[in-house]
Amino acid sequence: MTRMSWFNTVSLTLGFAFLYIPIVILVIYSFNESKLVTVWAGFSTKWYGELLRNDAFLNAAWVTIKVAVVSSTFATVLGTMAAYVMVRGGRFFGRTLFSGMIYAPLVMPEVITGLSLLLLFIGIGLDRGVLTIILAHTTFSMCYVSVVVSSRLVTFDRSIEEAALDLGCTPSEAFRLVTLPIIAPAVISGWLLAFTLSLDDLVIASFTSGPAATTLPIKIFSAVRLGVSPEINALSTIMIAIVATGVITTSLISKRQVVRQRREEQEAERS
Amino acid sequence: MQRFFLVFIPYIWLVALFLIPFAMVLKIALSDIAIAIPPYVPKFDWAEGIRAFLAQLDLENFIWLTQDDLYWKAYISSLRIAVFSTLCTLLIGYPIAYAMARAPSEWRPTLMMLVILPFWTSFLIRVYAWMGILSNEGILNQFLLWTGVISDPLVILNTNTAVYIGIVYTYLPFMILPIYSALERLDTSLIEAAEDLGCSRISAFWLVTIPLSKTGIIAGSFLVFIPTLGEFVIPSLLGGSDTLMIGKVLWEEFFSNRDWPVASAVAVILLLLLVVPIVLFQRNQQKQQEAEQ
Amino acid sequence: MSNTVFAPWDDPSERPLIKFQNVTKRFGTFTAIDDLTVEIFEREFFALLGPSGCGKTTLMRMLAGFETPTEGAIDLAGQNIAMVPPNLRSVNMMFQSYALFPHLSIWDNIAFGLRRERMPKDQINERVSEMLRLTHLEKFARRKPHQISGGQRQRVALARSLAKAPKLLLLDEPLGALDKKLRQETQFELMDIQEKTGTTFVIVTHDQEEAMTVASRVAVMDHGKIIQIATPDKIYEEPNSVYVADFIGDVNIIPGTATPSGDDTFAIQWSEETAPLTAKSAIPFALDETCHLAIRPEKVAITADKPDDATNAVQGKILDIAYLGNSSTYHVELTNGAVIKAQTANTRRISRRAFTWEDTVWLSWTATAGVLLAS
Repeated sequence: MTRMSWFNTVSLTLGFAFLYIPIVILVIYSFNESKLVTVWAGFSTKWYGELLRNDAFLNAAWVTIKVAVVSSTFATVLGTMAAYVMVRGGRFFGRTLFSGMIYAPLVMPEVITGLSLLLLFIGIGLDRGVLTIILAHTTFSMCYVSVVVSSRLVTFDRSIEEAALDLGCTPSEAFRLVTLPIIAPAVISGWLLAFTLSLDDLVIASFTSGPAATTLPIKIFSAVRLGVSPEINALSTIMIAIVATGVITTSLISKRQVVRQRREEQEAERS
Repeated sequence: MQRFFLVFIPYIWLVALFLIPFAMVLKIALSDIAIAIPPYVPKFDWAEGIRAFLAQLDLENFIWLTQDDLYWKAYISSLRIAVFSTLCTLLIGYPIAYAMARAPSEWRPTLMMLVILPFWTSFLIRVYAWMGILSNEGILNQFLLWTGVISDPLVILNTNTAVYIGIVYTYLPFMILPIYSALERLDTSLIEAAEDLGCSRISAFWLVTIPLSKTGIIAGSFLVFIPTLGEFVIPSLLGGSDTLMIGKVLWEEFFSNRDWPVASAVAVILLLLLVVPIVLFQRNQQKQQEAEQ
Repeated sequence: MSNTVFAPWDDPSERPLIKFQNVTKRFGTFTAIDDLTVEIFEREFFALLGPSGCGKTTLMRMLAGFETPTEGAIDLAGQNIAMVPPNLRSVNMMFQSYALFPHLSIWDNIAFGLRRERMPKDQINERVSEMLRLTHLEKFARRKPHQISGGQRQRVALARSLAKAPKLLLLDEPLGALDKKLRQETQFELMDIQEKTGTTFVIVTHDQEEAMTVASRVAVMDHGKIIQIATPDKIYEEPNSVYVADFIGDVNIIPGTATPSGDDTFAIQWSEETAPLTAKSAIPFALDETCHLAIRPEKVAITADKPDDATNAVQGKILDIAYLGNSSTYHVELTNGAVIKAQTANTRRISRRAFTWEDTVWLSWTATAGVLLAS
């Protein structure tokens, strides 16, 4: 590979600077002593301490995590089922409608999804709270899971499933013993995607939550509307740190696995 | 039997929590406002049957939308902001995607991850990060004042400029990734062939690279344009009172004015606006899939 | 000697292991298998040969249970299995892609089918070890499929499908993914294993050489029908149609009209300018019936002078020479414009080639060298 041209180097440098400088500034100012976010008054971790003593935030964080864990688990089960039906189900009544309902939430503006779910919950007299947020999040994130899982299923060699049937598996045994272990990485990344979507969601949660249940994004949004605050910076830093650690670790692990597998394949062919 | 449940459960779930709510939006869009909870008078009663429903159906809320120029302006302004910010994202994203595709192959996975990483971090936080930068006493103004480029702080926060910056920033990964994947597949010997046949570097870029990355450009543009049109968080945090975007109008109609029928009618129109780009986007994706096979 | 030859298909008292009775399979409007009847006997190595899309894979998938016939019955050992799902059939299949389970070790891959039968642990151990020995894979038992080479993967797939001791083993292009040299070695290995285990093998292949090498009988298929079923030598020497003659090996096809000229002998008028050809045929042809004379190139002699005693002799000019190492094929253009191929074995290492381009030569063959086929 030849060295990169100056143009490419400049666009990469500027591009990544644009992507990361705002985040870096946000993190730096979370350690600012001053209440005024724009004035640097020395290093301090006091806002992290404040945050830990703020019950409202801690409660909201707890609700958010509960909602995210439950809804992403449901979404993974339903999304995997939907993906399997779409890729392997053959023909059934209303297949076009089904695939439309799987893809539509991906492009639907959040305000509309939120509004429509709220109208449903009021229409059937369901009190808004943790349950309604979970139902809403499960619905839109199952579609993302189904896209991730079905893209894996499409590249899956169908004869592997047939081999399991041929060797005496019932269809459900074949799914449990062969298909599921092989598509597991896609199912896991589907879960992670559903989890972060749920953690992140403001608009749909605002429509479907009640006074009894407030999620962290709703809390942050109402705080931020009043202006910048170092406490929010601290909270953001913690969230960014968690996500970055998670993403970097998983990508390093999967990269190592790919490298190892390729090396072993080469060794096998040489012997 | 197993197959029946496999199809049935996700199917019913989506019908109950996606299709029916959506039908309710339509229904309420055709209802009258009332001071009650829920604040609307239902127009549709199953007992009365379809005929009565059709007789009662009125487009009052839609007529209201056409009469009040707030909504017109909001739709037009949303479209304008979406188109313009999609163009900006393309102009900024293309060189980055191009440079990534031309980077040494051992760097590419890392660069990929650096582009995807912001996508996993909270959208809200990434928008919030700009509030501290763009405000009158923000980092940007402090920096510009310090360098002496300006003598008075620029007003950026709570203007449309801030909205553009916010959109470009948050949606940039959606533009970069499809273009990058199109450019990475591009065989470099095609450019060598073009140069061999007498193209200059720049004309080879225009005649070979751009056409062959077209599907990526189209996919990326729609991935930015479609969610931008209904965007709520960015205009409400970075935009000012004069920033009109339809997502924000819908939100305010719903939470502040509590006019659910009008909010529903706004939603229906927004969706109609989205149908064309969504269909075009689907067609582009299909074409790309066919080309790959 | 003749009574020890394995030929159950000639013995009317033998009951077939598999019997397809008027089987038809349609996918929508497309007919993949068209009213097909065939019998396969125990311990046979049966090859289904044909171009892609001829229905051979569909036929095999119906045996495995992945497709059900639209019409007709499939009997396995006297039982109709047409509607039995694949997991309840004592038929196993070796897949073209091998379909090894990537998340399981070689050992677990081979034990997979035995575990589904709830076989006791010690018996599983014994059976898997036996299979590993049979396929020379003992060293690799603990490895994962991606840690072994393509040839080894092929043997794992074979061991896995044989482990349950099926009545019938199906092999779908089993050697397609191997390079030529390895493929030839593996063909003999397959025959060896088939003989040792006594299992009935049905192999699907588009490679005629492979089918001829391994099979006891070959079925040549086209458009969902079986054109001919016979032993490899009969398929080659006594094809029943122009399609089979042309599909298997190299052949000259000379179209003409027949005139009976005595005891199973016919004179074939094929060109205005040349004398009729003489050929023997057990199948009768009427006067002026159109026919095709199929002659293999190696049965056509090439000489500089006209041979005295040849039944058929024609003169021509050498158009092309293909040197293949072990043999050379000459393309000879006759005076009437037809091109006939003649092949000679290169039995000596150092010798000058007798003929070169543009040489005028004589081609000759006997009355029994070719096969006379109806059109």
